[in-house]
Amino acid sequence: MTLTVSRREFLKVSTLLGGGLALEFSFPMLSRAAAGGPGTEVNAWIVIHPDERVVIRIARSEMGQGTFTALAQLVAEELDCDWSRVSAEFASPNENFRRNHVWGAMSTGGSRGVRTSQDYVRKAGASARQMLVTAAAEQWGVPVAECTVDRGVITHAASGRKLRYGQVATAAARIAPPKEVTLRDPKDWKIAGKPLHRLDIPDKVMGKPVFGVDVSLPGMLHASIAQCPVFGGKLVSVDASAAGKMRGVKRIVREDNFVAVVADSWWRADEALKKLVIQWDAGSYAHASNDTVTAMLQEGLAASDLPQARMMGDTATALKGAAKVVEAEYHAPYINHATLEPQTCTAWFKPEGFLDIWTSTQDGEASMIAAAAASGLPLEKIEVHKMMLGGGFGRRGGPQDFVTQGVLIAKALPGVPVKLMWSRSEDMRHGFYRPASIVRMKAGLDAQGHLVALHTKVACPSILKILRPAALPKNGVDPTAVRSFYDMPYAVPNQQVDYAMRNGHVPVGFWRAPGQQNAFYRECFIDELAAMAGQDPVAYRQSMLKEDDKNRLVLEAVARAAGWGTPLPSGMYRGVAVADGFDSFTATVAEVSVNAKGEPRVHRVVVAIDSGYVVNPDTCRAQAESNVIFGLGSILYQENNLKDGSIVESNFHDFRLPQISEMPQVETLLVPTGGFWGGHGEPAILALAPAVCNAIYQATGTRVRSLPLKHHDLLRHSSLGNEAGVT
Amino acid sequence: MLELNVNGRIMRVDVEPEMPLLWVLRDHLGLPGTKYGCGISACGACTVHLDGEAVRSCSVPVSTAQGKKVTTIEGLSKHGLHAVQKAWIEHEVPQCGYCQTGMIMATVALLEKHPQPTDAQIDEIVTNLCRCGTYARVRKAIHALAKS
Ligand code: FES
Ligand code: FES
Repeated sequence: MTLTVSRREFLKVSTLLGGGLALEFSFPMLSRAAAGGPGTEVNAWIVIHPDERVVIRIARSEMGQGTFTALAQLVAEELDCDWSRVSAEFASPNENFRRNHVWGAMSTGGSRGVRTSQDYVRKAGASARQMLVTAAAEQWGVPVAECTVDRGVITHAASGRKLRYGQVATAAARIAPPKEVTLRDPKDWKIAGKPLHRLDIPDKVMGKPVFGVDVSLPGMLHASIAQCPVFGGKLVSVDASAAGKMRGVKRIVREDNFVAVVADSWWRADEALKKLVIQWDAGSYAHASNDTVTAMLQEGLAASDLPQARMMGDTATALKGAAKVVEAEYHAPYINHATLEPQTCTAWFKPEGFLDIWTSTQDGEASMIAAAAASGLPLEKIEVHKMMLGGGFGRRGGPQDFVTQGVLIAKALPGVPVKLMWSRSEDMRHGFYRPASIVRMKAGLDAQGHLVALHTKVACPSILKILRPAALPKNGVDPTAVRSFYDMPYAVPNQQVDYAMRNGHVPVGFWRAPGQQNAFYRECFIDELAAMAGQDPVAYRQSMLKEDDKNRLVLEAVARAAGWGTPLPSGMYRGVAVADGFDSFTATVAEVSVNAKGEPRVHRVVVAIDSGYVVNPDTCRAQAESNVIFGLGSILYQENNLKDGSIVESNFHDFRLPQISEMPQVETLLVPTGGFWGGHGEPAILALAPAVCNAIYQATGTRVRSLPLKHHDLLRHSSLGNEAGVT
Repeated sequence: MLELNVNGRIMRVDVEPEMPLLWVLRDHLGLPGTKYGCGISACGACTVHLDGEAVRSCSVPVSTAQGKKVTTIEGLSKHGLHAVQKAWIEHEVPQCGYCQTGMIMATVALLEKHPQPTDAQIDEIVTNLCRCGTYARVRKAIHALAKS
């Protein structure tokens, strides 16, 4: 193999010269791999060291979902190496660019980390194994077919000879990769499919500096930022006479829509920021409020000639001929991601003309592109060092605002690394929010209560329009806005889904399971229809799902596990919902009580998930637990309100996160049926809100048609006064 | 110059007395294991020990820490991992991990006071926020520690 000094190696060297200690702090993943001499890159994914350590390169980001480990498991499975010697590191976005995207996509969202890369990462492992075996066979002069492998040891049984991967890695790297490889049948998996300990956890419990905010570089300065409180507004003027004199302050950076203070510690920067006298031009949305958003969405619902997301049968005629027509309107508010690690980016314009970025990003390549645009440098001069994310949930993929800002700030101080970190209030008030939406559903039922027609109108801002305009279909229907309706699994012969894209000025983004509000709307409405038909909510859904529909399988699995239909302790009520998404199928049963003060409490949540295959059952369960409590906050109290064009909430005192005392008992049933690959990071949130709200109906007789629950008076026991409009 | 006892070492820093301990640790003493989440005592990501008591260092002026023993995640155990850290690995508690150093510091303090904590005591004392939702495993790990 010709030895090329990669950009990665170059950086290691230059950073070492700059200050060896900083390297240890800034690159824990890389430094671990680098310790103990160079390894051999057998292929882009796999580096094997003479002492048998195997380093697996991971292209996707790690934000707690466990992909860093799951992908390593898949590679190691096919490689057949000793798992106890495996470590992982992030593949370099710059190298990916220069090496013709050898690691595929880096974007980490949509629960795609495993499901859309499993094929090529497994092939990379299998291909490397074959090259290693071939190298050993060549060394022995025996046919490859006579050699076997077990955990990194190649054996030629006939002669009793053995070689380890570390001994043949260099020779293997010179062998042409096989054109075809056979992948193991998942039922024979030894490393994949097992609840192995995650590779990133020890560093995290030790407090090692693995996160974006932990970056420390020689001579580094810190920045705190203020953006125009009204989205889309501009900076007019800054009076920095007081702030500029404060201790440690090095620079005030003024840009079109933000101002930042750079100082020698973050606190000093932030204290000085508070002393700036800033004038903003709020622009045309200075008076936007919750009411203007509602009016905008209502106007969308009333509009004629909306584009259709689904047209099946003849919904208008079917509704006319229906025995009963039921109509209801549902609503959900904007919600921030509120990752516990605020947005952050460290940028360093180096004297040699390179720009280095350290950031918590869900898409290293998008970060690189944002950095190129903000710096004016070509991509090959930019490296993005991917750090562990202190939470992502969709905030740090599409939007790379923090990278753009980090680069613009550091540009004012060439040669000096600057770490930008947002304060919590900036983070709360400058998100890419889960869209606020209103959905109107009109159902036609036959005399037996069967659903024969469903006309759904969705008024919702488009995430794609804001973040990925090129991906928006020509008809202007954003699939994330109509999820759960345009692909509804229920066998309803007449379906029409209209979409009113109404965007407003609040930036919207991919908030965990984008479009999951729709699962709440749909599954609560279905529950209303079941009640009206006098049918059991599980049976009603079953009757609309084909025998072999995986939605039906998970629904039945969850009903069984939760003891659906069996008596509950007094005061406890059950609700159920089913929803698919991200190529997985989930169904949820929630057990809820409402106390004398009208306060709801979720006691137990049973979730069934069919993701086809399961690579690490423990992290999949952890994701289900995560989705439950993450979702619960949005059900109970989270919302971001709009006043004078700005987000009202500013920190965790007015945007609550649930505490440990609110955590329900979560039981996760993994029921993989094979033959497809579904995700785990998001699906389990889909059916949660409707399951909880359907249980609340059982408890109180109140139909909850908007979230969060804190706005509902759950003391009323008025099963008659709260029914959907029946005509 | 302020003199601090951090993780058993005497350290001198030239900072304003009102600077929160969190930022002295993170930006002036090179101890980034203690995290910022809110700055208003709401999340607990910044939890450290002052003379063995769990405090939220974002809201403790560094001057208050003078003459007291400051313990951060980096100094939690002199030899290898602390039992709580081991339990955290064993029960796969962290997800993103950002809140977990604070969560561990809060748990260590809890177990000092209540070696066999009840669920109610856990609810009352471990009020740290975790956006990823690791609470079920936090509780499980604490109960496992109480047994051992
Ligand atoms: S940062 Fe101190 S409690 Fe949140
Ligand atoms: S593990 Fe991510 S915030 Fe707690």
